[in-house]
Amino acid sequence: MTLVNAVVQGIFLGGYYAVLACGLSIMFGVMRTINLAHGDVAVLGAYITFVIVDRTGASAFVAFLVAVPVMLVLGYVLQLAILERSLRSGILTPLLATFGLSIVIQNLLLITFSPDVRSLGGSAGAVTTAGWHVTSDLTVSALGILVLVVAAAVFGAVHLFLTRTRAGWALRATAEDADAAELVGIDSRAMHARATAIAVAIAGIGGLFLAIRSVFDPVSGPIQLIFAFEAVVIGGMGSLWGTLVGGIALGVAQTLGAQIHPQYAALAGHVLFLVVLIVRYGGGRVSLPRLRGVVALGRASRQ
Amino acid sequence: MSEQLAVGAPLKVQRWTPLSRNFSIGVGVLAVALAFVPIVLDSNIVQDLTNLLILVILAVMWNALAGYGGLLSVGQQAFIGIGAYATIYFAQLGVAPYAAMVLAMLVAGAISVPISLFALRLRAAQFAIGMWVIAEAISILVRFDHALGAGTGISLIQMNQYDPSYRQAYTYWLALAFTVVFLGVLFFLLRTPFGASLQAIRDDEDAATSLGVRVASRKRLLFVLAGFGCGAAGVLIVANTLFIDPSSIFSVQWSAYMIFMVLVGGLGTFEGPILGAILLFAIQTIFTQGGPWYLVGLGATAALFALALPRGLWGTIEERLGLQLLPVGYRVVASKTPTKTEGETA
Repeated sequence: MTLVNAVVQGIFLGGYYAVLACGLSIMFGVMRTINLAHGDVAVLGAYITFVIVDRTGASAFVAFLVAVPVMLVLGYVLQLAILERSLRSGILTPLLATFGLSIVIQNLLLITFSPDVRSLGGSAGAVTTAGWHVTSDLTVSALGILVLVVAAAVFGAVHLFLTRTRAGWALRATAEDADAAELVGIDSRAMHARATAIAVAIAGIGGLFLAIRSVFDPVSGPIQLIFAFEAVVIGGMGSLWGTLVGGIALGVAQTLGAQIHPQYAALAGHVLFLVVLIVRYGGGRVSLPRLRGVVALGRASRQ
Repeated sequence: MSEQLAVGAPLKVQRWTPLSRNFSIGVGVLAVALAFVPIVLDSNIVQDLTNLLILVILAVMWNALAGYGGLLSVGQQAFIGIGAYATIYFAQLGVAPYAAMVLAMLVAGAISVPISLFALRLRAAQFAIGMWVIAEAISILVRFDHALGAGTGISLIQMNQYDPSYRQAYTYWLALAFTVVFLGVLFFLLRTPFGASLQAIRDDEDAATSLGVRVASRKRLLFVLAGFGCGAAGVLIVANTLFIDPSSIFSVQWSAYMIFMVLVGGLGTFEGPILGAILLFAIQTIFTQGGPWYLVGLGATAALFALALPRGLWGTIEERLGLQLLPVGYRVVASKTPTKTEGETA
């Protein structure tokens, strides 16, 4: 029964990882690059919400609604000032530039907010404490449900945006082939900026949940980036819904690992990530595309 | 070379210029002179110079990966940590400390072989973060081992048997030896046809593949060399500070330092990372207390160089002046008299 509880808690945790990873997945899908400052951006979002709560005494959720436009603008600026420039000079440059940015954000947060550990748990209302004991071993927390519902809503909204709106089509066209999209009048720079703005805002939701679920400090970002990237890779890079599944798989792996020993939690996630990488990219000479090629050849020779 | 070559002018391939010949001899003389430092200078300076040599090794190794192999790793601290902890492990087994250090360096290099089998199949961000995760995983494993001090860290107490000033001198000599060996190996590797293929990979991986360069095995060699080199740096760090703990030795900050040194010095040039290491060392000496503003400066500078000056200081100097001090490439020059042979110009 504790195993069932671990899996359920893992799914809740996974919802958080999925939200955190969603922006990373969008940016990879559109620009084929990873923002190494993604975790720090999420933590920055948590700090912005924290400042609003601190000044006004509002609920964390209300404060976050105010933080969203700030995050969107930040995303636009980040893209136009740094990422767009770096995209033009090879695949390593965006990684180098965002790694530098990550160090800058962490240390600016350190200067502004001190290394003290903070939390928004106290200002999020009853949702952080409410929960139901389904059986003696199985607890379902309101916060866990909320995170899962928000995760589903975020992924659903992004999916609808990409498939049902003109702006979403333009974004997908840019992702497919930026040059061809330019030919039909789509401004790829604007599309990239839009994607990053959305990614940064969703990272902010991840930061909000980090702050409500547990604690954060200026250097919480890098490990959040690692978890987010693990979720993206486990789910399959370039697949949006895959990222939701990957996040949940990562969460379950971590809570199952913690069943053996609390210190094994992160390690279990890392191991799952590395195993997925080995299976997907290290699988010797017989890879799936190659098998498909063989099958296709066989068919052609029969005709 | 920036000047135009006249069409039909007889061409000559040149490796050494008088300047680079003199400079290389100078470097050799410098290496010999550096060996006498502990005899002449104060032991604090010796310890500082050891730190500089550690930075030089790290920068040159990271550049070997990223500058020549196109492999951007954010996880080389894995090998730094392995080198440091393997030193402690062998010393605890009763191996003499300095023998333990050499063994530990070899262990770090050996471990890089199985890691390379899978890590090198990854591309760009997958490789970068994949290496980072490997470093994190190894760091967690070390935290479980109480004999290695678990999460709180451990001292290399076996070094107590040496008088401090002798110890600092021995460590410095080891650092100097490692520096000479690793820089020497890389220099001569780059000068062989093998090195030409590495530089081809650096310039255009797809084009190099189509010309028949075995990209995978070339990259593996660089990865393993960097494993040995970063392991050696880890060994020297524990020998110099005498105490390590998992959160600082496996810290991603090492990657930040390496990226800063290589980007500012010059990615993909031989001299650049050495220049970058000297610059970082100077910055660390000026801002002794470190602090967040110093790190903001490092991060911002690295990002700026990546965006605006991707070839770094040395790469830019090389481009503008056609200057090469430690020649690893080939230069095509037009010779005025076709009969002139290479022996005469040298």
